[in-house]
Amino acid sequence: MAVKNFVVGLFDDEAVLFPAVKKVRTAGYKLHDVYTPFPVHGLDHAMGLRETSLHTAGFIYGITGTTTALSFMSWVFNVDWPLNIGGKPHFPLPAFIPITFELTVLFAAVGMVMTFCWLCQIMPGVKKHIFHPRQTDDKFVMVIELTEKTNAEEVKSFLQAAGAHDIHEQQAEAGWWFGRFDKDDEPYLRKVKPVNA
Amino acid sequence: MMGVGLLTLLIGLFAFQGENATRFWAGLLQNSSFFLLITLASTFFIAATTLAHGGWQIAFRRVPEAISMAVPVLSVILLLVVFSLVFGGKDTIYHWVNTHHVHEDKVLSWKSAFLNKSFFTIATLITVGLWVFFTLKLRNMSIEEDGWDLKPATGKKILWRNTVVAGGFLVIYTLSVGSTTPWLWLMSIDAHWFSTMYSWYTFASSWVSGLSLIALFVVYLKKHGYLTYVTEEHLHDLGKFMFAFSIFWTYLWFSQYMLIWYANLPEETAYFQPRVWGEWRPIFFLNLLINFIVPLLFLMKRDTKRNYTAIVFIAIVIIFGHWLDFWQMVYPGTVKHLIFPWYELGLGLGFVGLIIFLVSNALTKAALVPKNHPYLKESIIHHT
Repeated sequence: MAVKNFVVGLFDDEAVLFPAVKKVRTAGYKLHDVYTPFPVHGLDHAMGLRETSLHTAGFIYGITGTTTALSFMSWVFNVDWPLNIGGKPHFPLPAFIPITFELTVLFAAVGMVMTFCWLCQIMPGVKKHIFHPRQTDDKFVMVIELTEKTNAEEVKSFLQAAGAHDIHEQQAEAGWWFGRFDKDDEPYLRKVKPVNA
Repeated sequence: MMGVGLLTLLIGLFAFQGENATRFWAGLLQNSSFFLLITLASTFFIAATTLAHGGWQIAFRRVPEAISMAVPVLSVILLLVVFSLVFGGKDTIYHWVNTHHVHEDKVLSWKSAFLNKSFFTIATLITVGLWVFFTLKLRNMSIEEDGWDLKPATGKKILWRNTVVAGGFLVIYTLSVGSTTPWLWLMSIDAHWFSTMYSWYTFASSWVSGLSLIALFVVYLKKHGYLTYVTEEHLHDLGKFMFAFSIFWTYLWFSQYMLIWYANLPEETAYFQPRVWGEWRPIFFLNLLINFIVPLLFLMKRDTKRNYTAIVFIAIVIIFGHWLDFWQMVYPGTVKHLIFPWYELGLGLGFVGLIIFLVSNALTKAALVPKNHPYLKESIIHHT
């Protein structure tokens, strides 16, 4: 993963945050992420994030569960160990439906949770850089990534104008790493130059 | 369309004399109960969302209110139909009304404490009366609130009295549509048979078609430039409701079917014999196809739930599908044979025309937005 430069700004209110996000996008700065203390409806639209493909994944997992249940049960009761249960046919579809349904739900649910964790890069042991200690507490934190074309001072004054406070520059790991916050240092710190205050 | 309905009714009156009179009454029973229950689902929608303190539906709340204004008229039609069945001296639909027959029949005489003329009459009159009372009450309160001042105290008062009335209605609704009413009106056609799932099954049918009806009117008004506050976010939520309750219907359908299939008791399977293995087999599976498979696959995608044309299409499919469901609930026990339902479809069109007339009339009577409702803003900025 790469160590990158970021400009971080804090917002107190989502009513200020929304126009700011729109302004950042029209100005063409590279928005790294926006951290909010609670789910903000419509922020994904404002940030221009693409529609998630989690539904499609869930549908595929569900179909997999359905096929697994039906094929396994019909194999057991027709091929491997045919039993006469109360004179019912060997392929009693109504009796299979509850189990098929359960397995569909189980596959879809577990699969989607795992895919969600994968997409959001959250797992026990997986760590990401925290830009501000209050980013999931009571502040809205907007992080703009600096590229070769962006001027840090310009971004700072831009955020100032958009209503942010506590604006500062950070150099941090953009991806994730394995580790513990209480024991280990952030491993990228070895590579980081001291930030000019 | 009302003309078509009246014409079919007249043709039916002359065509189905004597032996065939069963079909004349069965068609009326099926259509009047179906359309009464789907308009009543609008009152249920208002009551349930009010009690849950839902805010998103306020922007189009006047639409289900207007649909519920068809309830009194349809109730009168239904009462005329069922009471002429019970007191008309004909026992081809409800064979328990024939007291002579009940004396010879052990099962029916055991059930006679419940299935008798006086209990049927009293229960039907009380439930229908209470439905009409609460429907009118909710509507009148809503219109009255338009004239009030916009103050915090007013908002609290609006919420409080709506919640109380909605709670009262839901108790009545659950005890009637969720329990006795479908037993009396529809299940007693097959008086020997019984299923405790039947009422919830009927409720699920009427509720999902009622939601489709609301969606149709909302889209129609939106496309004609009314309901400016309604966006595709509201439509998305209605679509979710239609999707979820199509699955709920299937759940009840299957629960009723599977237990009877498993136990395989002759007195219970008698209901499914003509439907699954008799002439009604294609209708039975068509019912499952258009009420479960089609809405499931069609409404699964987010884009279809947000698309006006797609919602109109699927709403029509769902309403037709559940009309078919009521058809296969009533007909195998009365008319016995599978026939092309031209008479029933004609009557259905008549009822649709009547509903459109009554609802349009009610829509013109009041503003389309309840401007003093405290949750109106929540509805305007609603976002899924």
